[in-house]
This record gives sequence, C-alpha cells and structure tokens, in this order.
Amino acid sequence: MRWPGTGRLDASDRSVVSDSLGVAVAVGAYGVSFGAISTASGLTVLQTCLLSLLVFTGGSQFAFIGVVAAGGNPATGAVTATLLGVRNMFYGITLAPLLRLSGWRRWAAAQVVIDESTAMAVTRTSSRQARLGFFVTGIGVFVLWNLFTLLGAIAGESLGDPRAYGLDAAVGAAFLGLVWPRLTSALARAVALAGAAAAAGLVPVTSAGLPIVLGGGVAVLLGLALGRRPPGGDA
Amino acid sequence: MSAVWVGIALTVVGCYGLKIAGLSVPERLLTHRLTVQVSELIPLGLLGALIAVQVLADGDRLVLDARLPAIAVAAVLLWRGVPFLPMVVAAAATAALLRLWT
Repeated sequence: MRWPGTGRLDASDRSVVSDSLGVAVAVGAYGVSFGAISTASGLTVLQTCLLSLLVFTGGSQFAFIGVVAAGGNPATGAVTATLLGVRNMFYGITLAPLLRLSGWRRWAAAQVVIDESTAMAVTRTSSRQARLGFFVTGIGVFVLWNLFTLLGAIAGESLGDPRAYGLDAAVGAAFLGLVWPRLTSALARAVALAGAAAAAGLVPVTSAGLPIVLGGGVAVLLGLALGRRPPGGDA
Repeated sequence: MSAVWVGIALTVVGCYGLKIAGLSVPERLLTHRLTVQVSELIPLGLLGALIAVQVLADGDRLVLDARLPAIAVAAVLLWRGVPFLPMVVAAAATAALLRLWT
C-alpha cells in the first residue's frame, strides 16, 4: 500500500493507519445520532447532510441544531456554533508546520482539521507519520460521519415525536460527552459549571439561544479571572 | 430563503473560515497568551451552557423532567469510561422509558 507523498508503509506506519481507522470508525458512527436528532428537531435531510458535509465539526453541528430546536434564532445558533469552532483554528496553527501544505491541498485539508485528526497527528514522532495520522483520520471520519449522518437523518425523519424516544435528552448527553474529556482540572470544571449555572439563570429572562452565548461568555470571563494558567485538556 | 438556511450558511462560513485561518495565518499573530487561554475556555463555558439549556429549559421556563435523570445516567456512564454512542443511547432510553411509565 502506498500513500501519496509518503512512500511505502512500514510496520509502524501501518499501526498509525490502523489506529487512525479505528478512531474514524468510532467517531464516524456517532454521526448517526447527529443525523437522527437533527431531522427529529425539524431540519430536513438535505439541511442535516449539508451541515455534516460543509460544517464538519461535531460540537458546532450539535450546537446549531440545539439552539434551533429550542426555538432560538438560527443566527444565534450560527454564532454559538462558530464560537465552538474556534478551537479548530488553533489546531490548524499546530498542524501547519507538520503538514506544510499550499494551494488547493491546504484548502481541502482545512475541512478535516478537527479534534480527532489533530489528536492523531500531533502525537506522532515524525512529520511523515503526523501527515499519515492526520489524513487517514480526517478523511476516514469525514466519509463515515457523512454516511452515518445520512442514515440517521432518514431514520430520524420517520420517528415522529422526538421526545418519545428521549432524543432531547440525547442532545444533552452528547454535549456532556464532548465536554467530559476537557474536565481535567478544577478550573475547567468550575468554568463548565459556571457556564451551566449562568445559562440556566438566563433562560427565564432572555430569548431562546441567548442564554447559551451569554452564559458561555460569563464562564470564559470567570475562567480568565480565576486562572492565570490555562486549564488542562487539549482545547 | 428561510432563517434556518441563513443560519446554516453563516455556520459553514464561520466554521470553515476558522479552519483555513488556522492553517494559513502566521503563527505569531494567533499564539498570544490571552487568545490561547480564551480559546481553551470557550468550549468549556459554551458546552456547560448548552448542557444546562438542553436539560433544564422548556422555551423560556426552567423545568425538571425526564431529561435530568437521563443526563445523570450519562454522567455515570462517562465516569465509568463507556464510549460516546452507547452513552448517548442509554441517556435517550432513560428519558424515553421514564416518559412511558409516568
């Protein structure tokens, strides 16, 4: 097997590939939950699949449909989703010297700069294996995430009332699953709890969607005030 | 064009814009300590807020219903190291069963 620009694969390369494919399968499969929740929240199959194809960063996609399903303004949903996507910019900064891409390759690779492809690249010892981990994971997740989104979207559309299946609770659980690996320090936990408390407090007094952005903002300010040093995790 | 389509377009532009910016912008412009710190805090604060609204809000009211025990089940499963997909399914099943019985 050959990989463009990297030559023949030796044994340690193959372990990078198999690790990356394992991650791709595990992560791609939960595209089914995004697809189902999205159409059950009222988006069409086309809108759901376009979110996975063009936005392609799970947390932001869940955030967008979460705000829209709660009756919030879709523009507020877009702001929330974009703020959650800020971390991908910092992944890009870390990846740029490892990938050394230009022209159309850089524009194409940018779309698969996500949590998992970054994690599978930055842990490698050589930049050749970093590229291998990045592309196999990124492309693998992209293909499977979109495939499973379509499956879930079609299933979600025929479900009827999403609440009867607990899909509203599944969104909360999905957000908890996304934040869980980041709760590695007392400061991180305090910031997440502050965001939750501030947002809950704002629900009765602001229009839908705003408690999320405002609550998150309050938590970030609190985090800056509390911690001189950045919290743990790879945000 | 409906508001949802506008929201999707804005999300696409925002999220892709950040990705390509990261790969393209000179490192020194974006690695200022405050910027890095804020970028690490944003997912924590926002996801915390998203969880609270998703679990407690019903329109502009706060309610306690089947979503709360469901998120508690999710937390226990995550603490026990259960992977994402089974954890989400278990949370949904908890809420669905509680609604069936009550």
